[in-house]
Amino acid sequence: MNTSAEQATEVELIDEVAGVETPFQRFVSDYCDNKIAVGAIVVLGIIVFIAIFAPLISPTDPFDLAVVSVLDSKLPPGSESMDGVMFWLGTDGAGRDLLSAMFYGLRISLGVGVVSGIIAMCIGATIGLAAAYFGGRTDTLIMRLVDIQLSFPAILVALIFLAVLGKGVDKIIVALVVVQWAYYARTVRGSALIERNKEYIEAATCLALSHKRIVFRHLLPNCLPSLIVVGTIQTAHAISLEATLSFLGVGLPVSEPSLGLLISNGFDYMLSGKYWISFYPGVALLITIVTINLVGDQLRDVLNPRLQK
Amino acid sequence: MTVFIIRRLMQSAVVVLLMSFLVFVGVNLVGDPVEMLINPESDQAEIDRVMKSMGLDKPWYVQYGLFLVNAFKGDLGNSFIYGEPALQIIVQRIPATFELALVALLMAIIIGIPFGVYAGLKPKTTLSKTIMAGSILGFSLPTFWVGLMFIMVFAVMLGWLPSTGRGDTVPFMGLDVSFLTMDGLTHLLLPALNLALFKISLVTRLARAGTREVVHQDYIKFARAKGLSQNRVIFVHLMKNILIPVVTVLGLEFGGLIAFSVVTETVFAWPGMGKLIIDSIQNLDRPVVVAYLMIIVVIFVIINLVVDVLYSILDPRVRLQDVKG
Repeated sequence: MNTSAEQATEVELIDEVAGVETPFQRFVSDYCDNKIAVGAIVVLGIIVFIAIFAPLISPTDPFDLAVVSVLDSKLPPGSESMDGVMFWLGTDGAGRDLLSAMFYGLRISLGVGVVSGIIAMCIGATIGLAAAYFGGRTDTLIMRLVDIQLSFPAILVALIFLAVLGKGVDKIIVALVVVQWAYYARTVRGSALIERNKEYIEAATCLALSHKRIVFRHLLPNCLPSLIVVGTIQTAHAISLEATLSFLGVGLPVSEPSLGLLISNGFDYMLSGKYWISFYPGVALLITIVTINLVGDQLRDVLNPRLQK
Repeated sequence: MTVFIIRRLMQSAVVVLLMSFLVFVGVNLVGDPVEMLINPESDQAEIDRVMKSMGLDKPWYVQYGLFLVNAFKGDLGNSFIYGEPALQIIVQRIPATFELALVALLMAIIIGIPFGVYAGLKPKTTLSKTIMAGSILGFSLPTFWVGLMFIMVFAVMLGWLPSTGRGDTVPFMGLDVSFLTMDGLTHLLLPALNLALFKISLVTRLARAGTREVVHQDYIKFARAKGLSQNRVIFVHLMKNILIPVVTVLGLEFGGLIAFSVVTETVFAWPGMGKLIIDSIQNLDRPVVVAYLMIIVVIFVIINLVVDVLYSILDPRVRLQDVKG
């Protein structure tokens, strides 16, 4: 154990002397140590690409009523339409090409997950930083609120909000933000508490910088590593939760068919053996969630200061 | 200790009040309470009568007070669909949900602990690696989709197990239960496994981590040195010590099982509270929705309170910290 630590220090010294590696390069090379994680980020890249460019790469437009024909409904994977278009993954109950519908669904699922994640991160990080920076009563009050909220399962909190608010893209984003902010607040507070007592914050305070400047320009950048890790994993949670809520019929409206809604539509045909309508969107959802989680796990290992070489 | 419990009781009361306020605001101020709480099929005289009895003509703080007073009396309005008191309908569904959650909890223990102990004792074998990879999958798989796949494989393709409903029930200690009849058991198997999947992964990981830690302790070496059989070492010495964290976490997770039963019940058409709330949201049966939200919050507040108190008994530091804070 000791010797390996010494070796690590030696390696670090050599690196510093040679000056070959910037922190970012080190981060990239550390990340690439794990082959599975590299594969995951490649797959995730493809998924994001599909989500962004769905309208351009989809074989057909699933919302174009001129193209979609009910005569083509519920065709098994690999069959051809009346006009000779190939349906690689079959068609759904309305005769839409499942592959195209999945591309568009991925766009909606990822969009909702990422947008809600970013909003929750901004709100949660600000609140968490405030708690850590001001301490005392502010801290106690905020953390008590966080504890109470985290004692309720996420799906329950989301369900309560959606039962009151109703369906809609904006409403599910509100519900997901309400569910997630507490995780960000707790994480940021944890790392900010450690950073707050370091000398650079003291130095900044001595320079009589404003609270706002110290918190956002000095404290926040040093809390970013843990925030990025939580952000990745929470986004996967958000996507899974949105799919679940949409499946339950309390999430997105029918006009915004996310992956969860596609699966829900296929549920009706499952008992007659038409498995593919639910199966393939589920596989897409699963791959998305697993790859995000794998990337998040590797980021956690790489960004964790305790494990850093 | 008393101070701690009193503080926690007060906190619980505040949470319930906050929730009731949120639900009240959501139903009465964001939406139109007349449309939400009064059966759309009733005539003008009926609407006037209900509005008067619910005090909808009064200012909002009086209305909120009335809502609270009525809630305390157990009157949360009548269901539009069933025409019975909303509270009563939900209470009738509670046993089904609890049965499902308890069986899922049991499955998590019966399946998770042997897997975890094996993976902890022999971490290098292929089976162990498969188990651990499977547990990652168990965390990532969306519950509802796994449920659908269960139905597809076991009910549609193989035709082994039924996919919907609760099957035959028999009365047991005053409640109707499924697990005592053969038909009920076959109906219970798939939904309970579906609900348990996440917890099985959790227990497996906990048991593995515990085993790997405990197996190197001196008392295990000593037990081996005494010449005890491998079975006795594992099932008595090792098991006793890994069970503590497993039981604690499972206690904490029981609430999660009840919350997630919403998903499983919807997939398998299990007639519990969770299916009722989803049906009620879709049928716009507002009184049932309001009553469900209030009941589920009270259930969770009670679970959290019990866990907090148990924790403070097990670990005095928790309670001291709280009193100081």
